[in-house]
Amino acid sequence: MTAMTRGHAAVIGVAESDLGIVGPHMTPVDLMAQATMRALDDCGLALSDVDAVFAASAQVRFGPMMLCEYLGLNPRYVDGTQIGGSSFMSHLAHAVAAIELGLCDVALIAYGSTQRSVSRSAASPTDINPYEAPFRPLMPASAYALAAARHMYQFGTTREQLADVAVAARQWALLNPKAWEKEPLSREQVLASRMLSDPLTVRDCCLVLDGGGAMIVTSAARARDARKLPIHVLGTGEAIGHGSISGMADLTTTAASVSGPRAYAAAGVGPADIDVALLYDAFTITPILFLEDLGFCAKGEGGAFVQDGGIAPGGRLAVNTNGGGLSYCHPGMYGLLAMIECIRQLRGECGARQIGKHDIALAHGNGGVLSSQCTAIFGAPATL
Amino acid sequence: MSAPATAPLETYLAHLARGELAFQRAPDGSAVFFPRLVAPHSGATDLQWQVSAGLGTVYSVTTLHPKGEPAYNVSLIEVDEGFRLMSRVEGIDAAAVKIGMRVRVRITQDADGKPLPVFDALEPEQTS
Repeated sequence: MTAMTRGHAAVIGVAESDLGIVGPHMTPVDLMAQATMRALDDCGLALSDVDAVFAASAQVRFGPMMLCEYLGLNPRYVDGTQIGGSSFMSHLAHAVAAIELGLCDVALIAYGSTQRSVSRSAASPTDINPYEAPFRPLMPASAYALAAARHMYQFGTTREQLADVAVAARQWALLNPKAWEKEPLSREQVLASRMLSDPLTVRDCCLVLDGGGAMIVTSAARARDARKLPIHVLGTGEAIGHGSISGMADLTTTAASVSGPRAYAAAGVGPADIDVALLYDAFTITPILFLEDLGFCAKGEGGAFVQDGGIAPGGRLAVNTNGGGLSYCHPGMYGLLAMIECIRQLRGECGARQIGKHDIALAHGNGGVLSSQCTAIFGAPATL
Repeated sequence: MSAPATAPLETYLAHLARGELAFQRAPDGSAVFFPRLVAPHSGATDLQWQVSAGLGTVYSVTTLHPKGEPAYNVSLIEVDEGFRLMSRVEGIDAAAVKIGMRVRVRITQDADGKPLPVFDALEPEQTS
């Protein structure tokens, strides 16, 4: 297997669209276009520079097509990979390869969602699994609850430890002016909130908001002319574990245990080299699973790792510094927003939540019901 | 031309209607569930249908608390023949269903009268 050349492509522009509640007449493609122009402004390029389009949204079956029409783009490379929240790490991996192969020069990755304004059920039509649906699981929450219950049974993970993931996210969110949540959250409040699908309460579940984002990727050579510090893609890894939760071989080990080592190998780094990790937090159990599967701690020790502020500001590892899907924003497919935070941390533009040493960042995306797992590792120019 | 294949779901439902929980065996002996036209990994197309003895163990469980209706559990059952399916454990308090509990299948009917495989605890625990 030939890996792409380490760091040959770089992210030069990132932006969110409007986040939160955008209203029922805004479309997901409106948000993609809005974020695209902001990301182009971030790097000093124009629409006419874009020659590759990557896009996905749960609400738009043919994302790249609709975005190209909207913006009048005529790209020579197109990718509409839709594997849920990790789609955008997958887009990045494919964009890096296409740039190295000379198939395109400037790649746009875009996302938009209006799930809050149009309702989640309207925004995310789900495939019906005839072997699961009659038992009325509340998807996706029940799938993650089943994984959490198994993790608790097998490793002694506690509801308090799950709650501490939500508390840490809230503490980071209070340092991020763009975060949806503005009030402190205690472990006791999480434990006392309404039980949704045992052991997960509503406070163990991510926000349901509108939002979107865009990212501009180009070659390292061209990135030198960008307006801001280019952030290089050191490595990526993709893996698919299963489709439905009843098909997940081991509910306590995700395919991040495959995508992570692939990304580390390509990047030439390991978990000890990561200064900040954005670990997809659709539910409080997911960062615990990914801390283990990505090698930040041993299998079964994720609960102890996050306990008592382990991933909060000042903790043992800076995780989800934007406040995450739990407290900053979750429009349904959160992966692109996680990568945007990595870029901003490595540029050093995160204000009150800026971490100290910021050379290498990892963004991990999750899609479906712990199904698709994609890992991206970014480095400041000094890491090349 | 050969006759078109029978949908795996159709065969599965026909077994259920006879009170049987059916699954498939791949040529390498591995159990396959959900039923398929093609075995995963090997790609074998000569899958054999079998009927489970119906005994299994709760692999994981979640209790749902919908507003305005009674709590119910959704469970993943590891069936002894070597496959896993989503179902629920009935006959005991939803919150009393525990991982590791031994269970036996019972074919019941859903609200629309369709056959549905649910499980009963072999040694019912006290509801707490």
